[in-house]
Amino acid sequence: MDAVLLARLQFAMTVGFHFLFPPLSIGLAWMVAFIEYRYLRTGLEAYRAMSRFWIHILGLLFALGVATGITMEFQFGTNWAAYARFVGDIFGAPLAAEGLFAFFLESTFLGVLLFGRGRVSKGFYWFATLMVAFGATLSALWIIIANSWQQTPAGYHIVGGRAELTDFWAAALNPSTLPRYTHTVVGSLMSAAFFMAGVGAWYVLKNRHVEFARRTLSLALTVGLVFSLLGLFTGHHHAVQVARTQPVKLAAFEGLFETRRGASMSLFGIPDREREVTHLEIGVPYLLSLMIDFDPNSQVVGLKAFPKEDWPPLRLTFYSYHLMVGLGMYFILIMLIATYLRLKRQAIGSRPLLKALLYSSPLPLLTMQLGWIAAEVGRQPWIVYGELKTAEAISRVVPAEQVLFSIILFAAIYTLLLLLFLYLLRRIIVTGPEERPIEQVMREATV
Amino acid sequence: MITLSFVWFVLLGVLLTVYAVLDGFDLGVGVLHPFLARKEPERRALLAAIGPFWDGNEVWLLTGGGAMFAAFPVLYAAVFSGFYLAMMLVLLGLILRAVSLEFRGKVESRTWRTVWDWGFWLGSLLPALLYGVAVGNVAQGVPLDERFEFAGTFLGLLNPFALAVGLLGLSMFIVHGALYIALKTEEPLAGRARRTAHIGWFALVALYGVVTVMAVVFAPERFVNFAATPLAVLVPALAIMVMASTYLAMRRGDMSRAFLCSAGTIIGLMGIFGVSLYPVVLPASNDAANSLTAFNAASSPLTLRIMLILVAIGLPLVVAYTYYVYRIFRGKVRLTGEGY
Repeated sequence: MDAVLLARLQFAMTVGFHFLFPPLSIGLAWMVAFIEYRYLRTGLEAYRAMSRFWIHILGLLFALGVATGITMEFQFGTNWAAYARFVGDIFGAPLAAEGLFAFFLESTFLGVLLFGRGRVSKGFYWFATLMVAFGATLSALWIIIANSWQQTPAGYHIVGGRAELTDFWAAALNPSTLPRYTHTVVGSLMSAAFFMAGVGAWYVLKNRHVEFARRTLSLALTVGLVFSLLGLFTGHHHAVQVARTQPVKLAAFEGLFETRRGASMSLFGIPDREREVTHLEIGVPYLLSLMIDFDPNSQVVGLKAFPKEDWPPLRLTFYSYHLMVGLGMYFILIMLIATYLRLKRQAIGSRPLLKALLYSSPLPLLTMQLGWIAAEVGRQPWIVYGELKTAEAISRVVPAEQVLFSIILFAAIYTLLLLLFLYLLRRIIVTGPEERPIEQVMREATV
Repeated sequence: MITLSFVWFVLLGVLLTVYAVLDGFDLGVGVLHPFLARKEPERRALLAAIGPFWDGNEVWLLTGGGAMFAAFPVLYAAVFSGFYLAMMLVLLGLILRAVSLEFRGKVESRTWRTVWDWGFWLGSLLPALLYGVAVGNVAQGVPLDERFEFAGTFLGLLNPFALAVGLLGLSMFIVHGALYIALKTEEPLAGRARRTAHIGWFALVALYGVVTVMAVVFAPERFVNFAATPLAVLVPALAIMVMASTYLAMRRGDMSRAFLCSAGTIIGLMGIFGVSLYPVVLPASNDAANSLTAFNAASSPLTLRIMLILVAIGLPLVVAYTYYVYRIFRGKVRLTGEGY
């Protein structure tokens, strides 16, 4: 058995599964904070019911995020001990800081959201929702600092076979931190917006909780429009950074083998590693050069400029990147259509739109997975770009059989968790928001 | 350099100790709840008593793990990869407890709740037992090669001394959890919890004696610091005094004080562990030259200094709002519509 492949499989599986939850929690937490703000300002019971409903789901997302997130932090040590030794001087700090500055905030105040409605003032409750949203967003920053350092390491030197920090700010704000962070946060808000829009659309289609659905759709479609459009800019910003700092990855994104001036942006193709050519290529001439350098004739470096052993897996990188971009365009399109119909006051009545929103609701999460695959697979064969190969980074002392065992264990648990999550999510949604006054509910539930 | 490594040895100890004190009570509640709570309202009272806190408590582990990674990466790499299967079991437990708590209240069905009650129980028992096993293994040392990599086996980790420390840890969490229940719930549940704490306390004292005697044989190195610095004996002396005060407070029926003393006991036991270990962080049982210390396992001085700044800024904030939120939920649990 290939120990490296097994360790990678386990990491991909556990991170991929974990990454379903935090983006939704981040986005949803801001939505809840906004709804609570409306409640604080208007005192309308409807907002309270609305926030209660989404906090319910937020609690579920958060529990799964925590449960699967601890696996991440342990795994750098359990499965990637050589990596942990090499980068510990730099990589550990953001993980510790995440706990200290972000995760404490998020989890402590989530306790207030889930249990403290009757114990704190409206204002404090709103403050707690803000702290949860702020904590979740800050948490993503620290994790992305760590991840970005792997992609574009900075502020370090190599001493005695390990990377040591020389400049904290250079390491934290390495070239890919901000582009990656903004793109991820934008994706998170978009994911939450589409998710909420899907739920709202379903209620309208079923003619249930229509008042709730109307408010939800109104918020979700506004946020969805803004953040789908923002995704275009943050995505562009990020791609330009990749072109500057990881040209081989960009060449793999685009299936570009030859270095050329006036490079075209590929829309479709089948990259062929052996023959070093992209088959059936369809592209927009000059667009890639134009996007990267604002000059249609500028030069873009192709894969052949790099040793072949430093190429990432081409097809996976190419397809995940293209699918992500394609879906991003689709999100803009559907949000523009929705906005047009809203302006004509026809959005709620348009069944095709509502159905499209319903079926599109999980797609931004899929898109985030694709983006993450493109970013991480595109970094291969490096675990720290240019410094340490993935194959050299695993735990040497862990037998492959034990990794296989833990993979099977996690695969079984995660499958079960996913099914349970979907089952419970469906239940919460089918049950719907509580529409009776909250005091009555509380009275009935008191034992 | 020397001072920074020392400071981080202490800080890591503090983070893990706070984790043991805080998550300790909800782990204890998890281990005890199927046996103490007889009916559904009692179960719900128990879960509501820890509901707002357990998440935040667990973050101390995450922060401790992150701090170990950042300050002592070589230790983090050696322990986590060396104790691979044990770590996977701890993870399994932590995942199980998190989702059990969240899933339990979501469906009105007795079978559903029973499944998650036992999930929560197992998910609490595994870490509550395995933390002690890990401490036991660190105390007596594990085989390490000259690259500071683990050279033992999984079964080798389940040795008599480590298991005895595991049971000591478990009894410590049980007493802590039982006292928390006594503090936070109404009769008759609180009464049952008091009796459990009583019995648990005797088990704790007995196991403490057993572990101390076994340590003479299995971990003689852990006495060296006490022989070299007699003043260090103050730590176990204080720990034993606090342990005894727990009992006296229980006898008087002063549960708040008993709970605080139980927290003090955990701090004391962790203190003994720390004092007996320094400057070693992971002793090599085969060759002392391969031992990991607070110096050869540490990060660069710059990283340690920056981490110290981060902690100096972050920790007071965390303590402040954690304290504030605990105050919001002070007093005995009263069940309402919100939450479980």
